[in-house]
Amino acid sequence: MNDRVMRVQDLSVHFKLREGGLLSSKTHTIKAVDGVSFDLDAGETLGIVGESGCGKSTLARALLALIKPVRGRVVWLGEDLNKLGEEDLRKKRQDMQIVFQDPLAALNPRMTVRDIIAEPLWTFFPKIARVQVNERVRGVMKMVGLLPNQINRYPHEFSAGQCQRIGIARALVLNPKLVICDEPVSALDVSIQAQIVNLLKDLQKKLNLSLVFIAHDLSVVKHISDRVMVMYLGRAMELSSRDHLYRRPLHPYTSALIKAVPVPDPKLARAETDTGLTGDMPSPMNPPSGCVFHTRCPFSIKRCQLEVPALRRMESGDWVACHCAEELDLTIGKNG
Amino acid sequence: MALLEVKDLDVGFETPEGRVHAVNHLDFSINAGESLALVGESGSGKTQTVMAILGLLAENGHASGQALFNGKDLLLMKTQELNQHRGSEIAMIFQDPMTSLNPYLRLDRQMIEVVMHHGRMKKAEAIAKAVEILRAVHIPDPERIIRQYPHELSGGMRQKVMVAMGLLSEPALLIADEPTAALDVTVQAQVTHLMDALREKSNAAIILISHDLGIVAGLCDRVLVMYAGEAVECGSVDQIYYNPKHPYTQGLLNSIPRLDQPEEKGLQAIPGNPPNLLALPVGCKFRDRCPKAFDACSEKPPMQLDEDRHAFRCFLGAPE
Repeated sequence: MNDRVMRVQDLSVHFKLREGGLLSSKTHTIKAVDGVSFDLDAGETLGIVGESGCGKSTLARALLALIKPVRGRVVWLGEDLNKLGEEDLRKKRQDMQIVFQDPLAALNPRMTVRDIIAEPLWTFFPKIARVQVNERVRGVMKMVGLLPNQINRYPHEFSAGQCQRIGIARALVLNPKLVICDEPVSALDVSIQAQIVNLLKDLQKKLNLSLVFIAHDLSVVKHISDRVMVMYLGRAMELSSRDHLYRRPLHPYTSALIKAVPVPDPKLARAETDTGLTGDMPSPMNPPSGCVFHTRCPFSIKRCQLEVPALRRMESGDWVACHCAEELDLTIGKNG
Repeated sequence: MALLEVKDLDVGFETPEGRVHAVNHLDFSINAGESLALVGESGSGKTQTVMAILGLLAENGHASGQALFNGKDLLLMKTQELNQHRGSEIAMIFQDPMTSLNPYLRLDRQMIEVVMHHGRMKKAEAIAKAVEILRAVHIPDPERIIRQYPHELSGGMRQKVMVAMGLLSEPALLIADEPTAALDVTVQAQVTHLMDALREKSNAAIILISHDLGIVAGLCDRVLVMYAGEAVECGSVDQIYYNPKHPYTQGLLNSIPRLDQPEEKGLQAIPGNPPNLLALPVGCKFRDRCPKAFDACSEKPPMQLDEDRHAFRCFLGAPE
């Protein structure tokens, strides 16, 4: 099964900020997403990781054409989403759904679970019979591990983990082909996190969904993704298969991120290695010249300050944006 | 004598729906130079435990039991007396750096407020000290940063400022409530290294509240696992991570996604949800979610202690 569902080419979303007070005409451009490209197959999970402010959530919104890019294309099943009229785009959205980060905030507290989950149905099929709606809602509730007899309850009667299940049920009710999950488990306790990750994995297999799984937590992403894209200041630093990325990352930033994840093992944690990273992420208003990562990179050379590295394909089939990728061996030690 | 000894601590909240039992008969102690982690799911009573110790419970909250700090019971102290200890000998780093800093005050003012209040330093001296501590927490250009307002800093910087504030008065006991939860992994590592370094330097005791068992493993000596307001297991980090005795601790450890384990096995979640604190189940509170529950669990299991001072509340003496 290698059906391509989405092709993203050179996608760039820039925001303009006015600088220096209300009446000033000076503007500043923030390149929230800059030149991101990737393909997504049916039934594939692409993980997207990076620190806060790296453009993950903006990318998610741009993939759904909720934000207009300044450059580049999002091609969904052969059609450029940003060239479609409003009505055509709306129809396409049936196939593309999103699950949000804060499970409680994403649900209307005054609607019952049925109304929340059924809303997309009513939007796309306004004439649908109530019996059919209830049947479908009960069906997806069961699918995500909720009790169908709780259909008349309100969000506050559920725990955070259950609320996230409601959010997933709402995303699945229209039988989408693609679900974008924006930090779906970061607000949950680990014990509940695992329930939701396992649920998403099962559902994906069962429904042959394509998933875009956005998270800052590399270890969660490892457990669900086929391929992983690492972002930094709006740019893709690396796009590799899961096994390659966690075993032998190609980009120094990926390797630093992996080394920074605390290991829940006291002996290994005490012997923790240095990540090699210094300082905070630079302001996206004023990103460094050349490679955006060069100010924090332990391997930076002169060329990195001058020339933006392109995302290029390596022999292994993985992609990396680093001038020195061939020379570096960033294999993660046996502890990684 | 332990620096802090908590005995039979109960914390309850009166609500229109009834009494919420947030903390139930909790005992623990911590010595100088030691770091203790309180871990458990949300609602397990971690934060309310330290809020009770510091006299910071909400108005409808009530604490009973004892919290002996250098032998004196904090729970019996009036506000004025408590204020002599809070901020100077006991400092707290709150969870959310966005809301815990006063947006109207420049950092220098809020950072030195505590030491000035306790009258231990002159203003110039206090500011010099604050700058020095900001530098120690790797904040670049601290002389400039200290004259800025909180909104001018990034989330990571603000959290580092919170840590610096906690350390400024060189407390004997530092309580940190999820100090790294809002931070990216790369900054997390910096902050935990810092807390550890300063503990070694001044022999302070640290109580770390965290749901992140990865961070706990690197920073703490001992771990207290809480469930539904109760201690269910307490031991050294090695005992807890390598030989967990309570099924809840085992479940928590198994549910962590790890980079160093093959993902093919999938994640092992703890089924179900934590119990309702308004109506706690009788017997073992974890029984409904426990894969090993049996008939005896309808009675409340007592805390057992093995020969290595590893305590656990489960009838199964040494599961697995």
